[in-house]
Amino acid sequence: MNIIVCIKQVPNTTDVKINPETNTLIRDGVESIINPFDTYALEEGIRLKERFGGKVTVVTMGPPQAEIALREAVSLGADDVILVSDRRFAGSDTWATSYTLSQAIKKIGEYDIIICGKQASDGDTAQVGPGISTHLEIPQVTYVKKIEQIDSGKAIVERMTEEGYEIIETPLPVLLTVVKEINSPRLPSLKGKMKSKKCEIIKWNADDISASLNDIGLDGSPTRVVKIFTPPQKCGGEMLTGEPDEIADKLSDIFKKAIVG
Amino acid sequence: MSDERVKIILNKCIGCGLCKPACPFGAIEIQNKKAVIDYTKCTFCGACKEVCKFQAVEVLEFEGPAGLDLSEYKDVWVFCEQKKGTVQSISHELLGQGRKLADDLGVKLCAIVLGDGMENKIEDIYHRGADIVYLVDNPKLKHYQDEPYTKVIIKLIQEYKPEIVLCGATVIGRSLISRVAIKINAGLTADCTGLDIDPDKKILLQTRPAFGGNIMATIITPNHRPQMATVRHKVFKEAKIDHSRKGKLIKKDYDDTTYFSSTKLLDLVEEIEETVNLSEADIIVSGGRGIGSPENFDIIKELAKVLGAAVGASRAAVDSDWIPYSHQVGQTGKTVCPKIYIACGISGQIQHLIGMQSSDIIVAINKDPEAPIFKVATYGIVGNLFQIVPALTKALQSKMGK
Repeated sequence: MNIIVCIKQVPNTTDVKINPETNTLIRDGVESIINPFDTYALEEGIRLKERFGGKVTVVTMGPPQAEIALREAVSLGADDVILVSDRRFAGSDTWATSYTLSQAIKKIGEYDIIICGKQASDGDTAQVGPGISTHLEIPQVTYVKKIEQIDSGKAIVERMTEEGYEIIETPLPVLLTVVKEINSPRLPSLKGKMKSKKCEIIKWNADDISASLNDIGLDGSPTRVVKIFTPPQKCGGEMLTGEPDEIADKLSDIFKKAIVG
Repeated sequence: MSDERVKIILNKCIGCGLCKPACPFGAIEIQNKKAVIDYTKCTFCGACKEVCKFQAVEVLEFEGPAGLDLSEYKDVWVFCEQKKGTVQSISHELLGQGRKLADDLGVKLCAIVLGDGMENKIEDIYHRGADIVYLVDNPKLKHYQDEPYTKVIIKLIQEYKPEIVLCGATVIGRSLISRVAIKINAGLTADCTGLDIDPDKKILLQTRPAFGGNIMATIITPNHRPQMATVRHKVFKEAKIDHSRKGKLIKKDYDDTTYFSSTKLLDLVEEIEETVNLSEADIIVSGGRGIGSPENFDIIKELAKVLGAAVGASRAAVDSDWIPYSHQVGQTGKTVCPKIYIACGISGQIQHLIGMQSSDIIVAINKDPEAPIFKVATYGIVGNLFQIVPALTKALQSKMGK
């Protein structure tokens, strides 16, 4: 089975701060990690390979330093890793990003399943996975929490909804976006770590993936960020003190007012 | 190519440095008394051009897709999400805000409804502000499925050309509208918490949190139509019902290929014990590590019952298997913004705060006075939750007459 996993390198959210004077993101010294949701996608890809045999190819679009995320993927069990990187990709929104990744996947060629995390922790859009499946014109199932079975060109999966889950049958190839509940990612093995130091990173630019220049980077992006600002901070809440009954009394008055008023 | 989209005209730049703090991306440095742009950071937003007093910044405007006449696109559309034939509350919230946007633009507010046997629900949508309802009623559209819904909405958009399309940032909304936007080459902004019309340019200003709510970004779609957005729950108030309002129904039906789906929905399983959906709840009572055991979650559930609230949990409680993952609030769980969020025994790690800090009122009960949750709490209580929570349940029972 040929499995493709798409990952994104993101700043570790806990470290992102805003410089209050310039109102800009402080990116220096911020640790980069594999997007948490993508670690579940990668784990699921490796588990499928262990069940059915085959190969896991991991692809990321990003700056040269995203190579670190790919090496981590190798340490966890990825076979081939591809960095899609080009200055001309700068400014890509989700439209252009999903186009670029879909072009890279077309170049990879044969695949049965593409797995993405449900969203990235920096942008939180959840749009790139569905975008890739649409560009490739293949079916998708989003928010997958379990792959029940795969055989004879079909898969049965469970898709999380607000109320519970749906059981969906899909033909292959298919793109799945996965949620945390699907598995618990493993830690890298010693052998994997050794391999990750030596592995070759395949590097593709816009020409390598035959991208149309009108569809990548800013030219391919319908949306523009025009302003970035810090949300108003909540500060200095009121502390309630006293015996439990007194506190309960004060709180129930507050709730009543908030609900009725 | 893209690198030259924003240029500093060197003979005009005097190195005054005004542009440096104006850049939201920290992409400008002053070197040898001239502004220098770091193109690895620049997003070509043009903020530097606006503040420059010497016309020393040149921004090349983008052109939209060839042959697209923006003026052909009119009206504000709301996708009315239905489940089991019931229009979801998020759609009522969108009709409320959509009405405002349509009035600001002087255009019509339209709703799109896909489902089976939905015609008797249309009256209510007029009452909530829609001037026109586009209805596609077919047994094959009874339950949401990506492919038929995507194809139907694309056909409607191509025929009637709305300038704005709004949709809930729900499981359905995010899966559906992402596909539509790619196919029709439209701009799409995810999970918006603010929507306004720019009074001069008459375009949609979409504001959304990024980096887990640590920053906010305003996004536009200058040259593509429609301008599409998914919108977070509970940000906008539900449209007021006005029984005197009337609207026009436009019914459409398509051939079977439009309704074809390569994926098959085999079954729907409902599993959340409480009937209240976490994302839609007005009140959420959440428990964390301090709860200590699955049995102890009962006091959280009892309080939730009195308040008609949903039950949430921190990652620590979910990872300890005290409560299912579907209850998890935070970065790897759900993002919520209820009117009241009650955090019991939750210390308030940043990953949890990201998921709930936009709630109107936050009540934190924790035994550790240094717990970070108190920094975002509207009301903080340092104490034993096993005394305070049951006392609160009791007080509410007597006050609310339940």
